[in-house]
Amino acid sequence: MNPQSILEIRDLKKHFEVGKGKTLKAVDGIQLTIRENEIVGLVGESGCGKSTLGRTLVGLYDKTSGEVIYRGQKMPTRFTANDFKKFSREIQMIFQDPYSSLNPRMTIREIIAEGPMIHGIWSRDQIDEKVGFWLKRVGLHPDHMSRYPHEFSGGQRQRIGIARALALEPKLVVCDEPISALDVSVQAQVVNLLGELKATLGLTLLFIAHDLSMVRFVSDRMAVMYLGQMVELGASDEVYFRPRHPYTQSLVASNPEADPRKERERNRKPLQGEIPSPINLKPGCRFAGRCPKAGSACQSVDPVWREIEPGHFAACHLFDPALKGELAAVSGNA
Amino acid sequence: MSLTTPNQANQPILDVRDLRVEFDTYGGIVKAVRGVNFAVAPGKTLAIVGESGCGKSVTVQSLMGLIPTPPGRITSGSVKFQGREILGLPPKEANKIRGKEIGMIFQDPMSSLNPTMTVGKQIAETLRYHENITFEEGRVRAIELLEQVQIPEPAARVDAYPFQFSGGMRQRVMIAMAIACNPKLLIADEPTTALDVTVQAQILNLMKKLQRERGMSIILITHDLGVVAQMADDVAVMYAGQVVEYGSVDSIFFHSSHPYTLGLRAAMPGHDEDPKGTAKRKLKPIEGSPPDLFHPPKGCGYAARCPHAMKACATKMPPLWELETGHGSRCWLHHESGARNAPAELFRGKLISPQSLTQS
Repeated sequence: MNPQSILEIRDLKKHFEVGKGKTLKAVDGIQLTIRENEIVGLVGESGCGKSTLGRTLVGLYDKTSGEVIYRGQKMPTRFTANDFKKFSREIQMIFQDPYSSLNPRMTIREIIAEGPMIHGIWSRDQIDEKVGFWLKRVGLHPDHMSRYPHEFSGGQRQRIGIARALALEPKLVVCDEPISALDVSVQAQVVNLLGELKATLGLTLLFIAHDLSMVRFVSDRMAVMYLGQMVELGASDEVYFRPRHPYTQSLVASNPEADPRKERERNRKPLQGEIPSPINLKPGCRFAGRCPKAGSACQSVDPVWREIEPGHFAACHLFDPALKGELAAVSGNA
Repeated sequence: MSLTTPNQANQPILDVRDLRVEFDTYGGIVKAVRGVNFAVAPGKTLAIVGESGCGKSVTVQSLMGLIPTPPGRITSGSVKFQGREILGLPPKEANKIRGKEIGMIFQDPMSSLNPTMTVGKQIAETLRYHENITFEEGRVRAIELLEQVQIPEPAARVDAYPFQFSGGMRQRVMIAMAIACNPKLLIADEPTTALDVTVQAQILNLMKKLQRERGMSIILITHDLGVVAQMADDVAVMYAGQVVEYGSVDSIFFHSSHPYTLGLRAAMPGHDEDPKGTAKRKLKPIEGSPPDLFHPPKGCGYAARCPHAMKACATKMPPLWELETGHGSRCWLHHESGARNAPAELFRGKLISPQSLTQS
């Protein structure tokens, strides 16, 4: 076990019964260790299970199987009210939609103070001072605490969501697409704020998003998910500039760059097809149906998650020494 | 007058001048579009870039006559399509252009398709409205169009309902409807914003392919500078209901001459590798938020957020300066007395026409 690890996810699964005996395998065997004070970015297309993973980690969903260990403590499969009370001081979540994640009938003061009051961290006469402190910390004016969410813009609401999560002084924050609903100029404000809070408060962040450039920029390490499984994990720049898994490669190739010269030179062959339904999955590699390098082994055998370079992991038969010859023949170059 | 970029040496297919649109609301009158000028060249793509609320969608909706009146109203301006004024056409005349000469696709393909009609019928509906064809012919044409937008098994999918399609496939259906009558101009309002990056790449490639085959012009509305770099020939950057910078895609990216354009570019993460990886880079956000268009500022709309704003910016509306042929910017920094304040990275050009091109 890594002594620096804050969260260890071992073979975590979250399946949903969708009726008629069918199962939707939203998260299907995730291994991930998050270290203290790092930002791990999690990318993938919609429906790949990245949000489900985040929600399972904070206890919003029960686990189907697998273990999550937070600082040596095994987290329960199903959270009881007591478990929430215990873990919510340590692990908080920031949600994607700044409109639906704030109660419209509560003032900003009530929204931010609710958690600390439940936990008895703040006394009643401290509230104004503490709420003011956190509002200032996220770049809002303390005078705004008596206002209601509808009086704020999307970017300001997202800051309120961040202040609410941080008021409990958690160690780990799961950010589920915290910037997707925001304009470019405001995205930068929120991203900088998260980076700064990581540095000053020693936070650890799991940053879930689909914007590859932003995730690469924000995070220390980057994990790529496809259909409930992790396909690649490594240092952000390694994964972004030297992707090894064919899925990551096509994801990076599809990501447009804000440079017309580079875009003109780029000969783009977009990935064909779309992410298949996670119900009744076929055996073998989940990406095999769309993979330009797939061979026969990919259709039948699950690829193994292995370290292909120090600190760089991928699940692909291309990196299986036993199968390499066969796949090289198919793809021309492996 | 409006600017014409080198891409538009020929007669533009669409010429928009001094377009102004207002909306009556309970809170007062919102001046959503405040004197917009741009032109679209035949067979080229114009990208209109801006943040939410900058008036880019209202601008194109008013071209199509889609502004609900009341509460909306076009208070002034001219829109010439192939030399003919199309603003204020009677509904019957407008319907002959809408869907036939100008096609449009929207951001959310689910809410713009009729959930109770098969996609084949929806595509054929457009065709049957504009062309005198039978139901069977319409169905055959719908299958052809589904094939052109690369939907697998078009003959079977033609009888499917929108809910049976994924987001990307629905957007393909929208494109099939928009191009059914072979329009000269396709307006795409954030066509890929709701889609994943891999599907976005497919849709953008499809739009490019159809443009090459049909010689169609495209107006692409987006907030994503990556999409702009990939698709556009010309770019209009909008802020607070105005075009603040206008030019070819290269001049916008490599000769950015409005502080807002610079700000947008600096707010996005770059694509250069950081070999150390330890020194975490910082993005430069644009502080503050866009102005309230109930009471638009007297001067430059960007003045309150602009790091280079001068006294004059808040009180006097800057004119549009032409800096290179077909490259204009609406900013006082181009005035000779603003030169001192201009940051080094701001392109100031030769000021081909230092006089204002438009007065607001």
